[in-house]
Amino acid sequence: MCTVCGCHDEQSRLISIEQDILSKNNRCATINRNYFRGRNIFCLNLLSSPGSGKTTLLIETIKALNNEFSVSVIEGDQQTSFDAERIRKTGVKAVQINTGKGCHLSARKIGRAIDELKPAPDSLLFIENVGNLVCPAAFDLGESCKVVVLSVTEGADKPLKYPDIFHAADLMILNKIDLLPYVDFDVERCFEYARRVNPDIQTLQLSATKGDGMNSWLNWIRQHRKTT
Amino acid sequence: MHELSLCEDMIGLLQERAKADHYKQIKRIQLEVGKLSCVEPDALIVAFNAAAKDSIAENAALKVNEIPGLGWCDQCALEVTIEQRFDTCPHCNGYPLEIRQGDKMRIKHVEVI
Repeated sequence: MCTVCGCHDEQSRLISIEQDILSKNNRCATINRNYFRGRNIFCLNLLSSPGSGKTTLLIETIKALNNEFSVSVIEGDQQTSFDAERIRKTGVKAVQINTGKGCHLSARKIGRAIDELKPAPDSLLFIENVGNLVCPAAFDLGESCKVVVLSVTEGADKPLKYPDIFHAADLMILNKIDLLPYVDFDVERCFEYARRVNPDIQTLQLSATKGDGMNSWLNWIRQHRKTT
Repeated sequence: MHELSLCEDMIGLLQERAKADHYKQIKRIQLEVGKLSCVEPDALIVAFNAAAKDSIAENAALKVNEIPGLGWCDQCALEVTIEQRFDTCPHCNGYPLEIRQGDKMRIKHVEVI
């Protein structure tokens, strides 16, 4: 546009685009989702802030389900392959994605990881997203369900502070409940806040290290694997 | 800073359109960003300037039109303006409100040569 009078240059023209900014990511997510559906792979995208116990939860989940299902894992972190190495010690296949300066996993990165991982038909695939309650919320990866993990050592008001991620999640897991006697955490208020941003969110409480509540989580996976 | 990868995707998308729509350079991009969407318009503009370097959109002006959030209150049968996802109805204090507008981010049009 001309800066003097605001008229349009002779050659310049307007083109209507009318596309979502996320449409490129969403296109890749649809390809991933079709891949999972075609092979009956149940894919869970685990989201949380750093230190909520996602990797420990994942390891205990794998140990419990490894004889029942073929399991594989995509690990997302800014740097290092520490988490993928921890997962591989359980005997399952794991691919590490380092996002570098990036703060979330994108559907395209998951597509490349699938090529490398080649998850078996009828299997479970876990994606451990980068520890971050903000950025991963907007990026559909093609997963079957999003699971947000919060621990009782964090604030009970996090669902209101980071509403996008709780709005996007299908299930919220409250982890480290064995520590409840030692911390000031109002479980009911936390779940109420989560339902305020997402009335349909399902909730579970567990301790991945002590095992309390793990059976409800394992049953949730078994049941949703069939119905999703 | 997911705004950076959103800008990279947006530029990639406009790059794909360039051939079909016969343009070589983008001079202006008009966006609509909802108040309830997960991006900060200011962060988007900073990220855009970094992402646009050496691309079809280098030196393009990014214009962001912010779209207010609207929610529907079942109780009052009214559409109400909201600032956040978890806002309650200003009339009856009830929730949840059904989001009717303001959670999207779209490229509306581009000015090209």
